[in-house]
Amino acid sequence: MASFKPTNIPVYPKLGEKVTQDTLYWKNYKAPVQIKEFGAITNIDFSPVTPHNFAVTAFTRIHIYGPFSQEPVKTFTRFKDTAYCGRFRSDGQLLVAGCEDSVVRLFDVGGKVALRMFRGHTKAVHVTDFTSDRYQILTGSDDYTCRLWDIPNATELNVYQEHTDYIRCGITSKLNRDLFITGSYDHTLKVFDARVDKSVMSMDHGQPIESLLLYPSEGLLVSAGGRYVKVWDLLKGGQPLVSLRNHHKTVTCLALSSNGQRLLSASLDRHVKVYSTTNYKVVHNFDYAASILSLALAPDDESIVVGMTNSILSIKHRKSPEESREISGQQRRRPSYRVFVKGKNYVPKQDDYLVSKPVKQYLAKYDKQLKKFNVSKALDCALEKWIRLRNPEVPVAVIKELDRRGTLKNALAGRDEQQLSRLLSFLIGNLVDMRFAPVLVVAAEMILDIYRSILGQSPVIDRQLLRMQDLLEREIDYQKELVEVLGMLDTMFASSLPKMEVPCSSVSRSNGLSILIQV
Amino acid sequence: MVEHGDIRVVHRGGSKIDFRQPVITNDSRFLLCASGECVKVFSTSTEECIHDLQGHTDLVTGVLLRPSNHLQVYSCSIDGTVRLWDFTDGILIKTYVIGCPVYSIYASANHEGVIFIVVPMLGDKRSELFQLVAVHLPQSGDQLVESRELSAVLSNVSSNPADIAFGRGGEYIASAKGLQLKVFFFKKQKSYEFSLKEDNKKGGLNTFTCVACHPKDDCIATGHGDGKIRLWRNFNHKKEYTYSTLHWHHNAVSSLCFTPEGTNLLSGGVESVLVQWRYNQESQRDFLPRLGAAITHIAVSPDGALFCTSHSDNKITIIQSCVKVSAVIQGLVKGDVQTDLIVDPRSKALVLNGKPGHLQFYSLQRDKLLYNLDIVQQEYIHELGLEQFEVVKAAFDASGTWLATVEERKQKSAELEVNLKLWAFDEQTQSFVLNTTISAPHEARITAMCFRQATDSQTTMLVSTSKDGHFKAWQLATPAHTEGPSWSCDFVGTYHGLVPECCCFSADSSLLAVSFQEVVTVWSPTSWELLTTLSQPPGAIRDLCFGRLSCSKYLLGTTAKNLLCCWNLLTCSLEWSTSMDISLLLADPLSENMAAFCCQAGCTDLFVFKPSEPRPLFSHKAVCSGTVTRAVFAPREKMLDSCEENSQWLNRSQLHFLTQYMDLMTFTTKAEDDRLMASSKQLVIDDSVAMTPFYLLLGKHRHQQQENQDPMSSLSAERTPLPQSSVAIKELLQTPAHVLPSTSFLCSMFVQSLLISVTDLRSNHSERHYPQMEKTWNSGNQQHLFQENPDDHQMICRLHLPQLRSICT
Repeated sequence: MASFKPTNIPVYPKLGEKVTQDTLYWKNYKAPVQIKEFGAITNIDFSPVTPHNFAVTAFTRIHIYGPFSQEPVKTFTRFKDTAYCGRFRSDGQLLVAGCEDSVVRLFDVGGKVALRMFRGHTKAVHVTDFTSDRYQILTGSDDYTCRLWDIPNATELNVYQEHTDYIRCGITSKLNRDLFITGSYDHTLKVFDARVDKSVMSMDHGQPIESLLLYPSEGLLVSAGGRYVKVWDLLKGGQPLVSLRNHHKTVTCLALSSNGQRLLSASLDRHVKVYSTTNYKVVHNFDYAASILSLALAPDDESIVVGMTNSILSIKHRKSPEESREISGQQRRRPSYRVFVKGKNYVPKQDDYLVSKPVKQYLAKYDKQLKKFNVSKALDCALEKWIRLRNPEVPVAVIKELDRRGTLKNALAGRDEQQLSRLLSFLIGNLVDMRFAPVLVVAAEMILDIYRSILGQSPVIDRQLLRMQDLLEREIDYQKELVEVLGMLDTMFASSLPKMEVPCSSVSRSNGLSILIQV
Repeated sequence: MVEHGDIRVVHRGGSKIDFRQPVITNDSRFLLCASGECVKVFSTSTEECIHDLQGHTDLVTGVLLRPSNHLQVYSCSIDGTVRLWDFTDGILIKTYVIGCPVYSIYASANHEGVIFIVVPMLGDKRSELFQLVAVHLPQSGDQLVESRELSAVLSNVSSNPADIAFGRGGEYIASAKGLQLKVFFFKKQKSYEFSLKEDNKKGGLNTFTCVACHPKDDCIATGHGDGKIRLWRNFNHKKEYTYSTLHWHHNAVSSLCFTPEGTNLLSGGVESVLVQWRYNQESQRDFLPRLGAAITHIAVSPDGALFCTSHSDNKITIIQSCVKVSAVIQGLVKGDVQTDLIVDPRSKALVLNGKPGHLQFYSLQRDKLLYNLDIVQQEYIHELGLEQFEVVKAAFDASGTWLATVEERKQKSAELEVNLKLWAFDEQTQSFVLNTTISAPHEARITAMCFRQATDSQTTMLVSTSKDGHFKAWQLATPAHTEGPSWSCDFVGTYHGLVPECCCFSADSSLLAVSFQEVVTVWSPTSWELLTTLSQPPGAIRDLCFGRLSCSKYLLGTTAKNLLCCWNLLTCSLEWSTSMDISLLLADPLSENMAAFCCQAGCTDLFVFKPSEPRPLFSHKAVCSGTVTRAVFAPREKMLDSCEENSQWLNRSQLHFLTQYMDLMTFTTKAEDDRLMASSKQLVIDDSVAMTPFYLLLGKHRHQQQENQDPMSSLSAERTPLPQSSVAIKELLQTPAHVLPSTSFLCSMFVQSLLISVTDLRSNHSERHYPQMEKTWNSGNQQHLFQENPDDHQMICRLHLPQLRSICT
């Protein structure tokens, strides 16, 4: 006796995001900690030494947060105006920050008062950084100049006046103490050597530059400005390598994940995109609540810190391995499981006589009814609320099976108001889904045929039928528009292809719905 | 034209086994069923065919155990003979010549030496009326017996064997035809007739479909066309008869059967459910559902332990007392074949439509159904007028790792449902596992489908053409993420909105030819460039075939306007064409040869040719009547080494084809026939002999000796006696140990008993004259070997043991 073959529930391809290693990696963060600052957060910098505190520059303050604390461990408030670009020195002892009032201040991380004040710029200083020998400071200002300062003497060493607009980003080389790069709103980024008075290399980004990033090897430079992120090969004399346009608003900040495999860019469009540095494809995407101004990653990607225009600082910590395991383990360790498995893992001994037991076939509720040819009950079982809402393909498959058996009409007929309205609400929800439409249209036609005589008797049913009519009209209009678009596309394709035997005008006309999915 | 010489067209396997009711032997070990012109003996436990009882020259119409000897069986046939067989050994014992076609056979233990057969009324074959006659079987020593003395019992009976049944103890016989039930009492020599009305109001249909009689009680059960079962009682009165009605079946009851004790009544019909009714408690019934196909016959073993049901899909199911299916004997399912005949490259099995929604894998070499692959994977609901999913196309790739199937269902109201399924071969389970289902791969019916043939290429590719004017190429996508690889569409092609009809890959897979009505387009599957078009109007292209091996530069096509064209792809021009109405063109995958089935005046001719040569290699006029639309070249297991010109094309592969009547035919050479005959003679399955240590010792010894002395006697007629039953050994073994003489004494005696072989020669020789006679009166126990043995040692042995025993006690 062949066993009953259960209804085949088709597996539809999941639309949208595919699960890759990257999505698993980047999703493995806890829910973000959100901290309200006093103003827009313009800069975040992680201390290079453990415990990797980070300095958050917002309005007239710089807060330093510990890796796990949600309260600042230290605050620098001695700014007359908005502070900019608070950055740690490579030993984590000193912190430098620019200010709207054109004075650059140097702080000891332990102290409160500025150790040094560097005066000389005439406008707001947006860029500050330590050189890799730790004794000099690079600053860039809205007065179009960038300067080098000596820390011990607090004197100005050099002034470079090559940019023709605000300098809003700059970075020093970690390997060479004399090398630094600045980017300006005049669309250029310039590489300077402190040993000579002029820039040694100049590149045109094409948009006002907002952020710069050097690869750890310092062979590649990444610049962000406008909607573009561009990668330059410094070793080939500043040749452009890639231009990425994945944001639809200005890109404000760049970061590298600690192993250098992934590049992150944050933008005013509220997204953080993660690129693979091998092929520069977007591998992951984060959404935030407001436009992002600053972004930083802790060493080893332990946390992602994002500062936004609405003065909210969002900190995401990575899940520890135990935590991530716990979640998957929880699903497996149901209380009933142990009972269920009891005695099943017994291994028979050599002398044991095995009595074989027929394997019981477990059937879903609707299949049990179908097996008994109870067609109405089978449909009712499939239309139970949690099934109907969570996986609509089950009722659709059962309707299809009933149709194949030629008993769909019997199953649909003879229902009271409540049952019928449940059926109709399911139809309204899924009728225009192109995966289900061929099956459900048949069922809808049958329902209309069967219940035509009772129209006007129940306000609930009438309302639902009107809704269905409305839905169908809208769908028809929509399809018409799509066909028009398709026609336009066809002519465009036809004109753009070279004149020869064209085997490509192949997208069939009624396939409009598949186009819809791709769009 | 080449003469066909010694090449013949023969039936090859796949005969029907569900034609008549099977018979289970008394010991429940064997199942006998009529199958074409022979009776097949199956083992009920292993499902294997043990041997064929061959001898009839026409369709066998009935099999019946001989009531007086449970080791013998009668079979009747259209050829006008009734034969008596010893089924354990497969020996024909007697042939009774009746002289007119016999349609069914009955016998009862109460009627010694008489069998009842159904023959045409007037003795001529065309007659539509049949009568039941009794035949007295003459006692005679001859093998061929004329028994033409027929005495009519009942006239105007049905030729369907289910319509006649013997009643309790053979006292009466019941026969039903149309709306009439006749009961004939042998003692009174009187028959009663009971009629039913044509039709009652609720669309009932009262025609009788089958009859069964209770073995212990005066009760006749009849099945009817509307699914009712009536139990008739008190039928020895003309007026006061009664009947009660049972109704479960919704369609005609096709078979009824009482269990030997009469406690249960079994019924079956088109619902493929075996229903077991309790006799006298008819409200209690048991069901055995989902037996696969409509039940045509039900049989019960004489001890009631086994039931067996025949099904319309050429299957016999053996059931252990209505609870569990213990074995299934499945023959080649002959339905409407929609897929082409295909050969599975891995198992070399023939693949075609089987049960509804299945593909069957049928081994041509072993004439055995290997397995059914469920393609549709849906519960099969039998209902009249219900459209089912049918497998319409199937294709294998060159290595047999992928199978593509197309199933479709056409409903009046809804649009056509088409599913394309791709199956991967699983090494572990040695079966195909569903990999990808593509619902609605095309918007209309798929007309053709083929895999890219190259075995070395990395990617497998499938091309399907459809009535919607497109052809699509499907490719195995590399594993994108966690799930395994699956198939997706790679390319969609059209040509001026014409409908593609067939497609074909060249031998090296570098070219794809797709025919669009009368235009053949040639594409490059790597770049999807249209390379060239070939056209030979008028007439749409019907078949396309690339040449193989040395002829791979040729592309052959047949058109609807009776033209066979051969294009040379190097010059892109027509090489030759000829006017022929070719219904089927196919290429041998292992050689350059092509076969063309050509339909002429209601007959089909076969031509085998090489595209490069103008002369056909072989031609055969009138292969069969009607058109041949399905054929296949199946590779041989062992190459033949025929060097005659006209049979060389059969060396590497064998051509099989299906006729209009779904008979599987093939071509054989004379040499092959001879070889087959020789091998079948050697293959006598000897399974009734128990393997005991003594058998190994004695049996082998005796075997050799027999072979030496008597090469004339056929081996099948000659059986080694069961050594256990020889008296000396039996006594030696069964005597209690404490009464036996000393071992040393017995040992010498035992060894002496082995020495009989030398002197046994003469006696054996004398017996050999009547091997069959010997079988009839003494099967199994062959004491005579010792009784007739004049040897002294034996006598001593036989005399001594009882004496010794008496001394000891």
